[in-house]
This record gives sequence, C-alpha cells and structure tokens, in this order.
Amino acid sequence: MSNPTTPIHRAPLSQQHRRVITTTSPDAIGAQVSVTIDGVETKVPFGTTILAAAKTAGVKIPTLCDHPDLDVAGVCRMCVVEVEGQRTLQPACTFPVVNQMKINTHSRKVRMARKHVLELLLSEHYGECYSCVRNGNCELQALAEEYGITEFAFGHPEEPLFEQDYSSYSVMRDMNKCIRCRRCIRTCIDVQEVGVLEAVGRSNKVTIETFEDMPLGSVVCINCGQCVNRCPVGALYARDETDEVWAAIDDPDKHVVIQTAPAPRSAMGELFDLEPGTPVTFEMNTALRRAGFDGVFDTNFSADLTIIEEGTELILRLYKALVQGDKDVALPQFTSCSPGWVKYLEHFYPEFIPNVSSAKSPQQMFGALIKTYYADKLELDPAKIVSVALMPCSAKKYECNRPEMVDSGYQDVDYGLTTRELGKMFKEAGLHVPSLPKSDFDDPFGTATGSGVIFGATGGVMESALRTVIELVTGEKVESIYDHGDIIPVRGFEGVKYAELTIPKVGPVPEILAHLVPDWEWLNGATLKVAIAHGTANAKKVMEDIKAGGKFSQCHFIEIMACPGGCLGGGGQPIPTSPEIRAARARAIYAEDHAYDVRKSYENPAVARTYAEFLTDGPCGHISHKLLHTSYTSRGKHIPQDD
Amino acid sequence: MTATTIETQGNALTYATIEPEAGLKAALAIPRADVIDTVRDSGLKGRGGAGFPTGLKWDFCAAEKADQKYIICNADEGEPGTFKDRVILTRFADLVFEGMTIGGRAIGATLGIVYLRAEYSYLRPHLNDVIKQRREKGLLGHDIMGIEGFDFDIITAMGAGAYVCGEETALIESLEGFRGEPRNRPPFPVVAGLLNNPTVVNNVETLASVACIFAKGTEWFKGFGTDRSSGYKLFSISGDCEKPGVYEFPWGITVAELLKEVGGEDAKAVQIGGASGVCVPAKDFSRALAFEDIPTGGSVMVIGPQRDILDVAENFLEFFVEESCGQCTPCRLGNPQMLKAVQLLKQGECPPEFLANVKALGETMKVASKCGLGQTSPSAFLSILEGFEDEISNRAPSA
Repeated sequence: MSNPTTPIHRAPLSQQHRRVITTTSPDAIGAQVSVTIDGVETKVPFGTTILAAAKTAGVKIPTLCDHPDLDVAGVCRMCVVEVEGQRTLQPACTFPVVNQMKINTHSRKVRMARKHVLELLLSEHYGECYSCVRNGNCELQALAEEYGITEFAFGHPEEPLFEQDYSSYSVMRDMNKCIRCRRCIRTCIDVQEVGVLEAVGRSNKVTIETFEDMPLGSVVCINCGQCVNRCPVGALYARDETDEVWAAIDDPDKHVVIQTAPAPRSAMGELFDLEPGTPVTFEMNTALRRAGFDGVFDTNFSADLTIIEEGTELILRLYKALVQGDKDVALPQFTSCSPGWVKYLEHFYPEFIPNVSSAKSPQQMFGALIKTYYADKLELDPAKIVSVALMPCSAKKYECNRPEMVDSGYQDVDYGLTTRELGKMFKEAGLHVPSLPKSDFDDPFGTATGSGVIFGATGGVMESALRTVIELVTGEKVESIYDHGDIIPVRGFEGVKYAELTIPKVGPVPEILAHLVPDWEWLNGATLKVAIAHGTANAKKVMEDIKAGGKFSQCHFIEIMACPGGCLGGGGQPIPTSPEIRAARARAIYAEDHAYDVRKSYENPAVARTYAEFLTDGPCGHISHKLLHTSYTSRGKHIPQDD
Repeated sequence: MTATTIETQGNALTYATIEPEAGLKAALAIPRADVIDTVRDSGLKGRGGAGFPTGLKWDFCAAEKADQKYIICNADEGEPGTFKDRVILTRFADLVFEGMTIGGRAIGATLGIVYLRAEYSYLRPHLNDVIKQRREKGLLGHDIMGIEGFDFDIITAMGAGAYVCGEETALIESLEGFRGEPRNRPPFPVVAGLLNNPTVVNNVETLASVACIFAKGTEWFKGFGTDRSSGYKLFSISGDCEKPGVYEFPWGITVAELLKEVGGEDAKAVQIGGASGVCVPAKDFSRALAFEDIPTGGSVMVIGPQRDILDVAENFLEFFVEESCGQCTPCRLGNPQMLKAVQLLKQGECPPEFLANVKALGETMKVASKCGLGQTSPSAFLSILEGFEDEISNRAPSA
C-alpha cells in the first residue's frame, strides 16, 4: 500500500474510536440537536449515539455487545431501533444523532427483531442457567426474561460443541456459552493491546480463538481477567478455588489464614447490593472469622514492606548510577506488584527485565513471611498452614503458582481468591457482610498505614513510595510539603501520567538505611522524574517511548498496573465494571487512606517490628533478598507447545 | 491481451465503440465541479447492484476536506452468476482506468486501487501491464495530460476469496489487512474509508460507464434506458438457456424480452440479482429490469421447468451459510435456520409454525442485519415461498 497517511493499528479502524464521524460539517460538532425518542423530545450534543441520547430521555435500550469501556462493535443487533426515514433498523450503539430525528425504540418490528436475536443466540447457547457461574448476573439471561422468551423457537443445543479450556491458572474459557459479542477481543486488543483472542472462521462457524487455537495457558495471555469482567455471559470466568479453600477450613489439622488486599474491600459491598465505593473492610474481617479462617491479615502490611524494599532498591540504583557512575544500572525502575504487568513485560519487552524491581508483590511477600516469621512466632508447622490471599485479580492465581514462589520452603501462597469467589463463600455460609459487626485485623500484622490502602488505585504505589522517600531523604514530614500528604499530580485516571518532584533539601540518613548510603547530599536539589500507567495498552505507550529514547526513558521510577484504574479495576472484581464504578471504588480507597493517622510505610510499627525481629539485616539485606525478592523469566512471544 | 472464454452475445458492446482517452480528455477540459455535475446529470447509478447515484457519491467525497483521498475500483465480482466485470477488465481495462482517473480528479484523490477478487488473480499481470502503459503515455503519474498538479496513480490489490469483501466497507477492511468484515455506517467510506480517509468505492462497470459518458455526452447516455434508470447495462446470463453469456441491454428490458434473446423462453423462473436477488416466477415475466422495478447488478440465472425450485433456494442458502462473515447475529445464525427450513420443506416435513417463525425471521434479517449480505440473503427464499406456494406445499412427506 502506498501513501498511507495514518499508521496501521492492530485494531480495525472502525473499532478504534467511539466518536462517530458524520458527513455534516465539523463546525456543527458541539451543537445541540433535538431528537424525539418514543415521543419524548430531548436535546443532545451533535454526534451523540442514539443509545446515549435515549439514556438522557429515560429510555432503556437493551445491549449485549456494547460496553462503556470498549469501542463500538454493532454486531449483536440487540439495540436496533427504528429511525424515521431509514429503510432498515439501526443499531442504537453506533448510530449518531446529527439532525432532528424521530426514533421508535419499541415498535413491533423492533421488538420482533430483538426477540429473534435472543432466540438465535439461545439456539447455540449450550448450558443450564442453574449450573452457570453467572447465574443471576448474566446479561443474556436478564434479556431473555425481559423479552419474555418462554420457548426455543430455533432450537437449543442438547450437547456441548466445544471442549472447555481449563489450561490457565487464571482464566477459564467455555465457547459453548459464547454469544460472539467480541467484547473479549476488543478488551484484549483495544484496552490491553495483548491481542490473545481473535474471531476465527465465518458464519455460524465463527469461534473466538487464541493463536493456532492453543490453550490459553500456553499463549501470551497475561491473566489480567479484563475479558472476564466484560463477558456478558459465562463464556469466560476465573478459576474457582473455593472448594479447595473450604476443604482446608474444614480440615481441623490445617491453620488457614487469609490476607486481604485493599481493592476487594472497596468492591465486596457490590456483591451485597451496596453502591459501588462502599467499603466493608471491617465487617468483612468478622465474616472471614465466622467463615472459619484462623487468621485475618491486612495485605497493606506487606504493601508497606514492598514500599520499603522497592524504595530502597530504587535508592541503591540511583546511588550506583549517580554517585558511583555505574553505567550498567537499569533505570527507570518499574514496579513489580502487578503480576499481569510482569507477565506482559516478560512476553513483550523481555529486554527490560533488569528494570523491574526485584521486590516481590505484597501478596508474595506476605506469603513468604506467613510460613516463616508467623509460623515461628506462633510455633506452627508451616506445612500445616494454608495461606490464602483475597485479591481483586485473576493474575494473582497465576503468580502464586509461579515455580519460583516457594522461598519459605513451601508454596508461599496456596490460593489467590478473587473478590467474586470470596463473596460466593460468604453467601454460601449465610454471611451477609454489610450487616455484620466490625472487627480489626489480627496481629502481628494488624496495623497498616494509609499508604498501603492506596495501592489499590492507579498511582497509589507511586504516591506511597514518594511519601516514604521524601520523608527519609528530607527528614521532614511529608505533610509539611503536601497537604495531608496527598501528592495530587500522581492521582487520577489518565492512562499515562508524568510528574517531576524536586527534593528541596536533605536531612541525615535514617538508621534503617545507614548501612547502604553514607549521606543524601547527592540528592540535594535533584529532580525525581516519575510516571504512572495503568492498562497494558498504556504500558505499551510508555515502553515504546522508552525504546525510542523519549521522555519516559529519563524517568527514575515508573509504576505500571495491568488493569484499567489499577487493582480496583482488577479482573477478579465484581461484574459489571465501568469507568463510573471504578471511580467510586477509588473514592472508597482514598477515603480509607484519609481515615488512618499513620501515613508512611516506614512508620508502620508492625513493619518496624518485622525488621527488628526477623529481617534483621534490613531492607535489601540478605534475609529480605531470600524471602522478599524474586527473579523474572524472559518469555518472548514464541511459546513452545510443551511449555 | 488476456484471453477470455466468455462469449459476448448480441450486439457488439458499446464499450468497443468508444475512442480511447476521449472521455478523459473531455473530463479534464472542464472544471472539477462540472465533472461531478456531468456524472450526476447522466443519471448513472452504481452498477454493482445497490444502484446508488454515482454523482452523489462523488459529491459527498469531494465535499470532505482531507489531505488524502482514495478511489477504489471494486473488482471483487463475487455475486453468484455474474461475470461481466471479468469481460470488461479483460477487454476494456483502459476504460475502467480512465473512469478512475476522472473520478480521482473529481473527488481530489491521488491514488486509485483496483481490488481484484482472488479468483481473477490471472488478470492481475494484464491489468498491471495496462497501468504501466498508461504511466508511460503520461495518462497516470504526475501532471497527467499536461495538467499541472494533476497527479494520479493506480495500483492493484488482491482479495482473498471472501464474498462479503464485495461489500465496500468489508473490502476496505480487507485492503487494510484485517478480517473482511463490514463496518458500521455511518461513517460512510466517502467520509472515513481506507485508512480513515475519504474514499469512493465504485464497481468496474460504473467506472467504465463514466469514461463513456464523458466520451459521448450525457444526452447520448440518457438516450438508453428509462427515466429513472438511464443507460445500458451488461448482463451475465447463465442457467437453462440456449445462449448463455454476457449481453448488453438498455435498462427497462422485460424478463420475457431478455429470455427470448437468450433462448430461455420455457423457463419457469428467473433468479435476478444473483444469490442475493429475487426469484421471479413465470407469471411475472412482464416485469422490467430497472432500478424502479427489478434492480440488479446484472446476474440473471434462468431456471428451467425441470428444476426443483427448492433446490434453487437450498443452493443459495448453502452459499450464504458459507459466506456470512459471522459478525452480526441475524446473518450469522439466521441463514442456517433458513437453510434448515428449506431442507425440511424438501422432505415435506417442515412444521407450519417453524415455517412461520422462519418467514418472520427472514423479515428481521432484512432490516436488522449489519450489511447488505444479511439484508438480502433471505430474499430469494422468501420470494420462492411466495411465488411457488403450490409447488412447495403440495409436496408429500418423503417416505
């Protein structure tokens, strides 16, 4: 092709922008257009889709392939409406309002078409609702009820046509339930730029496949589970390990402990019909004890540990590069707490593995300490401890099964449960979390700082790290520099954020770091350059910029989370997800941060105690290196069949 | 010249009478806006089947402000029963390229692309040769025919064998290297087509006709055909007739007149417009081939008295079940239901309520499918159900 004026993108151009271009003059964009929907007149900005316009008029139009996070597809045809003057019905999700239009959203033709779409989808949808993981939370089921489907006019499969794919530690696939809405494809290509899934074949033989139809566990899938969160039916779901966890609880010989991450606590309420952003942290502690867990811990403890280990590692890298002139130091340093991001980098940018912090994620640090430090303290046989982690994440299931994650001498974390799985366990046990009394976390890891909480939001790790670094280096309270210690430039949901912070003065080196650097003079007046990205499509932008020697290559520290919004938008969180829901969860997390007095990781008394009693040679010392640090695997994009 | 095995019948084709480059010269002698007006005045409508007014399409594209525009020649002649573009490309490729060059000037495109169906790959060297010769003659390239700043070139690109890629937005997706699947419209290609740039997609025959119109004038062109369907048309005639082949007729010819020409007077039905067209029973042979009566891209399949009409319906539906891109629900899952109904009817075992459901589904497919493929795929079956009710309902259940 000669003369291409725009670069070819991987996603079809038709799917790359929600903005719908129209033939009318661009000058009209921004103008208000009046539209009559089912007799109700409303005014909307020029170019608004009929679907969005109907919402403002209070008219609900059913959808299946449309999703607020994704580019338009217009394939399911569930949202078709009658537009006066148009020969055919038009999909409300893609059709723009550009002039005075009259729309009927429930004419006979429209109702008939929608019923036909549902009946056709059911003609190839194998499975019983009762035994489906999405029973009660399925978009197809809900619409079948709304449209009064009482029989299968075009048949219903009696036998499965496809084998299920259980190969992944994280994401399960069942093509028998797939309705070919392609949300998973658009999520994987457009939102995450991983591109594991694609439509293959034509007509009624279209299936959604990986490259060469290899099992999901053998391809470049990063286990982020974003496809799971957007699947309208039960075709994609996270591995369910609740039976195994119940079995451990039921076993009187086992000591079952659970750590809970902040993001699930901001979302668990949604599973009990609370508004998104209603935290149930302390009610959940009670529920966990009543469910039978022997120890209930806060992952924020190890989040603080991560900050200290990762922050120390950064200081050491900077010291080597800036003071000792070591040219081989890999900078910028990347965060390592998101296992989806780590696997993404291992596949797509393995040459940058030296840049990833060797500090384990909070889940894995906690796991290593539970079967060592905690077992010692309580005189427990680590072989009998079952360590569970409540995470917002499907990739955490993969992470705890990484072969190198056995530094305690056992599998450090036995099960990573998603928010949805634990919600199911609570319901099974009749525990209505919102109505339970509150209770605190268990010692010895009870108290956390606010800093740990904000790990759940994009920018949170960066903000926590900066709070600690600023205090350790300047010797001043971060509150004296930033109101409430809120470092606003690193907050917010923009895909990629960049910030510069100048270190205004330096103080004495605190004792905890005294063995690593003699003084801070070399940082006096220095400007820290940091960046934050969430969603691997944004990570890709940062990585490509670094490869091209752009502004991000000059950064010192970059936080990357695989999921949009950070952990609060993780693939293990309640379904549905949308920008509004994620924003509400973020508000809950920052509110919890404000509720704490102590705000800096290094001031966390439990952390201080752990270094004093167990990790006695300090951050990045020998013991911490054995238990709290890890290494990565160059995977590349070629996955051998027997991997 | 590449050999063609297809017979052209009846009168010599008008294309053979057009003086080389006369159209291009005439078009370059008038202002750009007048070029579009001329096409609009001629009443030329798209020859691919949909019949969209060519002048209007060009006008929309010309009105777009963009650094880059494209004109694409749709040579993905895939409708079952059409083979007239193959004759044009073989014998009159220069006229097609002339039409593209005129179109390029009219809309402000500097690149034309011929999207050639995979089955015509043998024609590509021939087309590339003609393009090369035109470059050498200064009819393509920079400052064409001495007009300063008028740059236009043509390249060829291959399809990969999917019927749906004849749909203009699927064609564009295919050109960009993606799965050939129709896009949402709007935006239309004239606004955001190839690589998001304004793009005109015209059929081979449409572009060749443009060259003729400029060579001989709009009045001459309007002298053929009817008020609402001006000009002449190539028809691809096949099936149960004595003289199959490519014919040129003016628009407005009746089915009966056409059958007489081709020696198919005893036909019991004629499928007009290919698999996506309609099946016209003998009682309606007085109807005319024209946009205002039976529109067509030129495919005419004669169905003799010995044929089982349900075999015809089954054949077309098998085709659509194979060729649906599988993107939208009505087409992806609707066509297999249509096919199932035909097969049950053939066995005399189609429950009346299922037939009623499928008929209603066919009406939904016509209005709710994403593109023309799904919107037209039920037409043949539905018209057969209507036109041959006796033949179908009298069938006894097979033993």
